[in-house]
Amino acid sequence: MRIGLFVPCYVDQFYPQVGIATLELLEKAGCEVVYPARQTCCGQPMANSGFEHLTKGCNELFISNFHEFDYIVSPSGSCVLHIKDHLHDPAREADALNVRGKIYELVEFMTDVLKIEKLDARFPHKVSIHQSCHGQRGLKLAQMTELMAPPFSKPVQLLNLVEGIELIGLDRPDECCGFGGTFCVAEEAVSVKMGKDRVADHLKHGTEYITAADMSCLMHLEGILHRQKSKVQVRHIAEILNSRE
Amino acid sequence: MHEKTKDHAALADQFNKDEPRVDWHDETLWWVRQKRDKAAHQVPDWEVLRNTASGIKDNVLSNLGAYLEKFEEQARNNGVTVHWAADATEHNQIIHSLLQRHGVDKMVKSKSMLTEECHLNEYLKEQGIEVIDTDLGERVVQLAGEPPSHIVLPCIHKKKEEIGEIFHEHLGTPAGNADPQFLTHAARLHLREKFLTRRVALTGVNFAIAQTGEFVVCTNEGNADMGAHLADVHIACMGIEKIIPERKHLGVFLRLLTRSATGQPITTYSSHFRKPRAGQEMHIVIVDNGRSIQLGRKDFRNSLKCIRCAACMNTCPVYRRSGGHSYHTAVAGPIGSILAPNLDMKKYADLPFASTLCGSCSNVCPVKIDIHEQLYKWRQVIVQEGNAPVAKTAAMQAMDFVLSHPSVYRTAGKTGRWFLHNAPFTVNNGLNAWYKQRDMPAAPQKSFGEWYKKNRKG
Repeated sequence: MRIGLFVPCYVDQFYPQVGIATLELLEKAGCEVVYPARQTCCGQPMANSGFEHLTKGCNELFISNFHEFDYIVSPSGSCVLHIKDHLHDPAREADALNVRGKIYELVEFMTDVLKIEKLDARFPHKVSIHQSCHGQRGLKLAQMTELMAPPFSKPVQLLNLVEGIELIGLDRPDECCGFGGTFCVAEEAVSVKMGKDRVADHLKHGTEYITAADMSCLMHLEGILHRQKSKVQVRHIAEILNSRE
Repeated sequence: MHEKTKDHAALADQFNKDEPRVDWHDETLWWVRQKRDKAAHQVPDWEVLRNTASGIKDNVLSNLGAYLEKFEEQARNNGVTVHWAADATEHNQIIHSLLQRHGVDKMVKSKSMLTEECHLNEYLKEQGIEVIDTDLGERVVQLAGEPPSHIVLPCIHKKKEEIGEIFHEHLGTPAGNADPQFLTHAARLHLREKFLTRRVALTGVNFAIAQTGEFVVCTNEGNADMGAHLADVHIACMGIEKIIPERKHLGVFLRLLTRSATGQPITTYSSHFRKPRAGQEMHIVIVDNGRSIQLGRKDFRNSLKCIRCAACMNTCPVYRRSGGHSYHTAVAGPIGSILAPNLDMKKYADLPFASTLCGSCSNVCPVKIDIHEQLYKWRQVIVQEGNAPVAKTAAMQAMDFVLSHPSVYRTAGKTGRWFLHNAPFTVNNGLNAWYKQRDMPAAPQKSFGEWYKKNRKG
């Protein structure tokens, strides 16, 4: 099984350890993983701002970088959802569709394709989960509180395989953190208020680490935690699943 | 000079100056969302009900012309006068002419978001006609000289102490009395006199039934009934999308509407109006006002399925923290943000961007409108039609250039991280909206790409 590893631009630049954890997790599961060097971004920052017509370059790059792999895996629900919903190339529409069908977010790839039931991981801390919206509501990584349907959670399924971890519940288990791409600066006041409220919910329940399947939400929450001089830290779920503390 | 309306971000920023108030607003509406969850959980086939409602409304939108004609025919057979209004102006003129014909300069009106959309109150005021809003929340904001901030809970942005002050000023209640029961009683006495003396009553319409020509008005206060039953003339105003095919479909919509709206099993009053009583005149004004245009927009037509329950507002994490007035339109929140650009794309160009696209709105919608997907699509249309700010367009073009060229991207990333390391003041300053209330992430020495090159065969 040949896997193309897609590391989102901001993870590549600011959180390389998340890319490393993802790579190591997949390698430990016996996958052959390749990181195509010419990758940049999924194009979502432009598309969500109303400039989908400017994502031609990103789309062409994405298809040429990844179309040959059996699967494409990325540690970001948001970027994966964008590719799944919006990757087009009029010159290579069949390839675009093919890529859209075989891209997976890391957690769902581990639960649904690799069917991981055991992990060699230890993280003896109190951890609370931030449900990133695009992963949860878009990719359906976990049941949504709005729907009257049986509960499930793929992130919890994996975190429960980690030795020593204590998962902490929240008052509002799936409220948006307010990052929202360019929303975080265009609507600064509401974005920050949403983030502060999320952080307060996690802190109230005595968490030590906030985790998520999307680093963008965590970057936003981390910025607020730092500003508040909080000792609570953020960890991408890949880092916890790959941890041996 | 015409003053430019502030955009959502600016109005939200203003609202957020008083953080405890934002907390209060957020918690109040979250409480309503939780009530909705509880009520929906008690219906075992809730998701089936949503699917059914969505299907019925899809059918209505695909056969709207035929259903409207059927409704008109049946209503006329029932002795109701039916009027057609192409837009807000025509709607307002029809109401005015009816009032003139009866020589009336005062009327009572129960809640109708359509008349808010058409700015009927302002129009009639200019014609020297006094309109009294009889829904308690609407009366409060009317006395305060404000528009409603929420379509179901018009004065949800007001605390009870503020309502006490408004009543003290306008209704003469004792200063400092903010007891809800006392204030409600004062409003009851005040409104009772209006109900008894007004000869014309206007109501909205929640559901218009094509099969029978009757319509249903849902209220919790019974104010629509008080107005309509005491008046010589009952005028009901409805958008063309309010049609449902048959009476039996009420069994779907009435179960969904109030559970979604407030968490009640059903509105206190679900009043069926079919024909005028002896000696009474009944008029129905059917209004288009841009709805046909929306119906013609493939990506946005199903926004017309909306039954105005406001569940999307109560669940919206942005709405709860920016307040209804930040949307500067009659219907606020996520649904308003996909309806308003159809009416005036330039004026409401900001609204589809007042969202994180979290998708909670689409999940609570009882008729399954894909609200967050339409927000995304409106963003594309608004930019394509040239309504994006120049600076934003330039920034996006620059971003496109960097991200389309892997080597430029790598150099830019390296440079950016170098600046964060060696000259953080170039990033961490007042010009960076991120930094105002959040720290920047620590910049690592190496990107993942650089690490990979060194540590794997790459």
